[in-house]
Amino acid sequence: MERTEAELIAAVLKGDSASFEPLVQKYSPRVFATARRYARRESEVEDIAQEVWLKAFEKLNGFRGEAPFEHWLMRMTVRTCYDFLRGHQRNRESSFSDLSGPESEWLERFVTAPETAGENAEAARLLVGRVLERLSPQARLVITLLEIEDRSVKEISKLTGWSVPLVKVRAFRARAEMRKILAKMAKDKYL
Amino acid sequence: MIVTRSGGAASKKIRVRMNLAELQRKLIAAARANMPGDRVPYAFEKRVTALLASRVAPKNLDLWVRGLWRAAVSCVAVALLCGAWAVFTPAVTPGSTDLSQDFENTLLASVNQGDQAP
Repeated sequence: MERTEAELIAAVLKGDSASFEPLVQKYSPRVFATARRYARRESEVEDIAQEVWLKAFEKLNGFRGEAPFEHWLMRMTVRTCYDFLRGHQRNRESSFSDLSGPESEWLERFVTAPETAGENAEAARLLVGRVLERLSPQARLVITLLEIEDRSVKEISKLTGWSVPLVKVRAFRARAEMRKILAKMAKDKYL
Repeated sequence: MIVTRSGGAASKKIRVRMNLAELQRKLIAAARANMPGDRVPYAFEKRVTALLASRVAPKNLDLWVRGLWRAAVSCVAVALLCGAWAVFTPAVTPGSTDLSQDFENTLLASVNQGDQAP
């Protein structure tokens, strides 16, 4: 008979670390999908996921079971991703002069005829990746959660541990920061 | 924002207007359209469990080592205190009785009494 989540957690807390494996198996896809939003290299994604599970194991006695385990785990995942962003703030100051051919073409199309620059194009995906990489960790986290994942301010507050007004302030600043980066990209490309 | 195409001669400059808000909207939409995959590497859960097991064992060992070190430090402290006490206490004057002699007398009092009894 398959054990419930609560039974597995209780067993882990009693010292049976093998009972942790079904939990890892069940929730790893969500952890990996979230980590891939913030890290590009697969080795970095794996490091984040591993870090999340090690933290979850160490802090499992802090899980009171009031909210589903998944919510608790996702909070830990988002915070670990944020720590990762803070620890890997590279390439933030580099210029946009090294855009690839398709990226430049997409941008050119957007400038001359915006309606022809499709949102599903691979070039657009690469370009948004570049822009997100140049954002500060706070801004990137807020833009990802609010604009890309379409989460509410309240949800973001719970995930990040920031207060609701703080999330709003950071969202405002993040949008401004993104626009500034886009302006820099335009300047690097055309001037 | 008004930008000018790079590399163009002055007479051929094309002035274009880039709508940054629209560009931002398009790029966000592009990011939304490309959901990251949720693929998990093969046997990832086994790796995590093995890693946890290897971390739990040294943890227990750490507790023992920490406890033993504390005990060793306490022993050294007590030894140093006793040494200091032995060194710094004034030497026994000839008129006074020796502590060890008193201790021996007390311990052997019953035997001495037995010997003195008729």
